[in-house]
Formats: sequence, C-alpha cells, structure tokens
Amino acid sequence: MTAFVIRRILVNIVVFILIGIGVFLLVRAAPGDPVRMMIRPEDLQEGSEAFIQARREELGLNDPVLVQYGRWFLDAITGNLGDSFVNRQPVSGLLLERLGPTVLLMSTALAISLLIAIPLGTVAAVRRNTSVDYAAAALSLGVISVPSFFLGIVAIYIFSLQLGWLPSSGMSTPGGGGGTDVLQHLIMPAAILGLASAGPLTRYVRGSLIDELSADYVRTAEAKGAAPGRVVTRHALRNSLIPLITIIMINIPQMLAGAVVLEQVFAWPGMGQLAVRAVNAQDYPVIVGFALYVAALVLICNLLADLAYAAVDPRVKVT
Amino acid sequence: MTLDTTEPLLVVDDLAVEFRTDEGVVKAVDGAAFTIDRGEIVGVVGESGSGKSVTAMSILGLVKSGRRVRGSIRFRGRDLGTLPAKELRAIRGAEIAMIFQDPMTALNPVVTIGRQIVEALRLHDKKMSKSAARDRAIELLALVGMPDAAARFRQYPHEFSGGMRQRAMIAMAIANGPSLLIADEPTTALDVTIQAQVLDLLKVAQQETQAATLLITHDLGVVAELADRVVVMYAGRVVEQGDVTTVFTTPRHPYTVGLLESLPRLDRDVDELHPIPGSPPSLLSPPPGCPFHPRCPLARDNCRTDRPELRVVGNGTAVHRTACHYAEELAAVPTEVTG
Repeated sequence: MTAFVIRRILVNIVVFILIGIGVFLLVRAAPGDPVRMMIRPEDLQEGSEAFIQARREELGLNDPVLVQYGRWFLDAITGNLGDSFVNRQPVSGLLLERLGPTVLLMSTALAISLLIAIPLGTVAAVRRNTSVDYAAAALSLGVISVPSFFLGIVAIYIFSLQLGWLPSSGMSTPGGGGGTDVLQHLIMPAAILGLASAGPLTRYVRGSLIDELSADYVRTAEAKGAAPGRVVTRHALRNSLIPLITIIMINIPQMLAGAVVLEQVFAWPGMGQLAVRAVNAQDYPVIVGFALYVAALVLICNLLADLAYAAVDPRVKVT
Repeated sequence: MTLDTTEPLLVVDDLAVEFRTDEGVVKAVDGAAFTIDRGEIVGVVGESGSGKSVTAMSILGLVKSGRRVRGSIRFRGRDLGTLPAKELRAIRGAEIAMIFQDPMTALNPVVTIGRQIVEALRLHDKKMSKSAARDRAIELLALVGMPDAAARFRQYPHEFSGGMRQRAMIAMAIANGPSLLIADEPTTALDVTIQAQVLDLLKVAQQETQAATLLITHDLGVVAELADRVVVMYAGRVVEQGDVTTVFTTPRHPYTVGLLESLPRLDRDVDELHPIPGSPPSLLSPPPGCPFHPRCPLARDNCRTDRPELRVVGNGTAVHRTACHYAEELAAVPTEVTG
C-alpha cells in the first residue's frame, strides 16, 4: 500500500506540473493587462504609459512567457508562488489563511449532503414508486434546478432579515467569536452548498441501492430470516455505498465551484472569494496559485477515494 | 392450527404463481401439488421455465414480483402464505433453510463468511453470545469439510472457490438444524468435479440434520443419486411423481420418457441422444388441454382440449401418479438412470 501511495503521488506530481503550465499560460493568454487594471480609467493621463511600462518591467511581464514561467517554476518548487500584483503579499500566505475556511465550509457541506442523501435515497429505493419516492425525486430535482446563489439570497432574506436567527455574512462576529459563533455563520452557506450536492447524490444512492436490492445475496439474507430493515442496512446499503465513493469524489470540484459562488454571497472569507477578486484584478500569481491549490485538493481527494475503496471493499487491494 | 402428525411435513396444494409482465401474465406455476415427509429427499426436475424454482422460492415467500393466485403451502400444518411476516421470518433460516444455485452471488461480498454464518445463528437465537456463535460457526465450517475452518471464518467470499462457497452456504443453511432444506440447483453453477463433492456433502448434511430435503434440479442423475421421490414438472404443473426407482424404470408420462431418453447413458451403447422435439410452451399463453401435447408422440384430439389431472398409475405398491390420458400405453423403459 505504501508503494501504491508513493507511485500515485509521483504520478500526481507530473499532473500537477502540467496543470501549472496550463494555467500559467492561459491567464497570460487572456486579454487585458494587470497593471492597467489597477488604474481607474479616469486617472489615465499623459505619462501614465511610461508608468505602466515601468510597472510591467518591474513585475517581469515584458519578458517572454517562457522566461516568466521558468522564473516562476524555479520559485514555485521552493514553495514560493510569488507575490500578489495587487497588495504585494506572498500568494502562499494569502491562500493558506483562506484554505481553512473553505475546507471547513466544504467538509460541513459534504457531511450535510451525505446526511440528507443516504437516508433519503435509501427510503426512496425501499419505497420506490410510492409518494415518498416521488417526493424525494421532486426535492432532488428542485435543488438541482435552483441555483445556489439564489437559494443563498432567499435564505439570507428569511433567516437573517425576517427572522433574525442567523448572521448573513462573514465567518465570525467582529470582537465576538468562539465555536458557536462560527457555527452560526457556517450553517446557511454549508446547508445550501450541501443541499445542492445532496440532490444528485440522493438519486445515485437510490439507483445504486435498487440495483443491490435485487442481488442474490439479499435474497440469501431474507432466506436466513433477516428483517427487511436489517437486509437493507446491513447487507444492501453497504454494497450500494461503494460506488458512491467515486461519485462523491467527482462531486468535490463541482462543490468547490459552488463554494466560490456562495463565498461571494455570504462574504465567507475563503479561497473562492480571493479567487474571484484575483480574476477581476487579473492578479496572475494569485489565480495560478489558486488553481494549483484546487488541483492539489482534487488530486488528494482522488487518492483518498482509492484508499477508501480498499478500506470498504475487501475485494479491492491497492498494490 | 395444531401440529398434525398425520399430515406430511410440507404440503404444496394446487399452487399457482403468476408474474405480470409487459407482454402479459406469465403463469409460472399453474397448479403444482406435492408433499414432502419428514426426513425425505424429494427431487423436483424439469426444464428451465418449468416452474420448479418459483415453486421452491414460493415456499419461503421469496418470489418478489410474482403473485400467488391459488393454492396453499402448508408446513407442519401452518399455511405459510397467510402467516404474518414476522412469523414467516422466524421459520426462514430456522425450520426451513435454503441453498441457492450460484454461490458466487448468493453470499454478501463485503461481509466475512464467518459473520454471515454467525448472523444466521444469532437471528434465531437472540441469547446466543457472539463468541458462542463464532465457535458454532467454525464447527459448522469444519462439518462441511472446510479445511482450516478458523482461518476461513475470517475470510471474504471472494477468497473462496465456488465449491468452498457452496460448502459455506450449506453450513449456513444447516446452522439452525432445519427440518426442511430447499436446495435450488445447488450444483448447477459448479465444476463437474466439484458437483460430486457438494452432492456428497448434501447427503452428509441431510444425515446430520435429519432434514427433509427438496432438491430442485434439471439433472436427473443428481435425483437418481440422492432423492427418495421425484416430482417431474412441466410448464408450471406436476406431470408425474413417485418414488425414484419406479418413475425412472417405468415412467408413465411421455415427458418423463423424453427426459430419460435424452440422457447420455453409461450402461448402454448409445450412438445418438434423443432430444425431445420442439420447445417448452410459452407460459404467456400455454396450450389448452395437456401442456405437453404439441411435443407429445401420443397426443390425440382429447389431449388438445382436456387437461389431464394427476392420477395413480402402476401396480399400486408405491404411489405413482401421472397426468397423462394415455399413461397405460407407455412401454416400460428398462434399467435405472446412473448418476
């Protein structure tokens, strides 16, 4: 297993470098100029051009792209992803302080989506083609169809403005704090993000469980005298959740995309918010750094998925 | 109902099971009737689609999409079809246990063999401790000829060969000392060399538990080797039944004769096999009268209209029944089938 992990990490490093090249070249191929983006159009005047050129020279933007990449790569392998064009702070530091909130938001959302999808999908599968099943299907379709930013705005309107139960933005109350405070800020964005991925996940759980319920070993369990609840939870469900690992892992980048939007809506101080700002300002080093963090997250999740497979399915051996 | 000692252990009476499909209603079982006495081995034979497996599954109420439209299945005087679900579950795996056809798929792939046997034990004996169940399960594995049973206890089904899995299935089936074992094609999915071992094991299990055994198979050799009595099914009906020797030496239904003639024989110099012409009837629209008449060499006009009922034939020394209008015209087929 150690050999497997090492081999996978080596492969992932290659993938990681290729992603770095791709993103680095793509952001520079996009139209626009990061230096001009820093200056308000009405402030442009005689002499601005010389200033812009001086800044471009200073940031190394006038060098050939490959030279820029080589310089960036040599720094990057030492862990230095460069400084933000906008506020001159190191990119790694900016991203690291925002990694925590994003991971907190996403893991809570994932937990919520599993807590909804597994029981709901199970009930829908066991009571298939009944009103319960149709209600679950309608709910799934509903949360898939309604964009999460809209749900976010509606939730803020109801729970923050009308009922005043939950704070509408940020991660903690200035001056206040503590676990419960963060939790209160976390509930809405995490629930909405979780709900969005619970929709498709419920359908997968249902489908997968229906397949397993017609398996021979389920009939064996019934023939042994196991009660229906036990047949579902102890036998069929365990098998039906195995393919779900893949679905969840495929879902994670999508969830991150959802998090980027919701972080804007709820002013959640995560990486997504930073990334949106960086894209608006064409802050190349931050965009590339963000892309690399996301890539690392996805690659790590894939590795974990493979290890999880081996852990839950005795037939799978990682070698 | 009180326990009736004069009634056989299991009575299947005029059982009819239907499946609704897009093409129409499939009459998988259409008036099957037979009995099993305590400790007796009864073989049910027939082609695919003859209704033998559905009949077997019906006993424990395991036919999911099918619907019982007629008849009853009485076990120790109790009608299994009208029992509340909870009482039926108390019988499943305890008094009546099943061995399924394909041991590759009949065991849960993510649960160890040991835990699956322990589950069978503890479902019916809530007071049994985990360690006692474990010891008993290892004992059972050893009983069915599993080498190194204690180590095998901890392994998963995929670590077992097909024959070993069927042994584990048998261990699970006899775990609670059932009085009726239903084996649905227990050797069909196995290699020929393993089949003989599993058959021997079934014999051992039967002797060990003194359980009556309902052996579903399409293999007449298996029936000849194991069974006391044989029930021949065709198109969802019982066409002939009686003790194995009588039925196989003096078959009184042209379908049984056809089955026997289509077998390769070791004791006779046979140049060619004689398959039964035609194919089994569609269960969506079974032919009127005798279901076998389109393939029957003896068929006459009344076979096409009058459905023959089971009736006693032969000299009366053993109860031998057949559902054929012209049973008496059949010449005896000499010698018995070898296994």
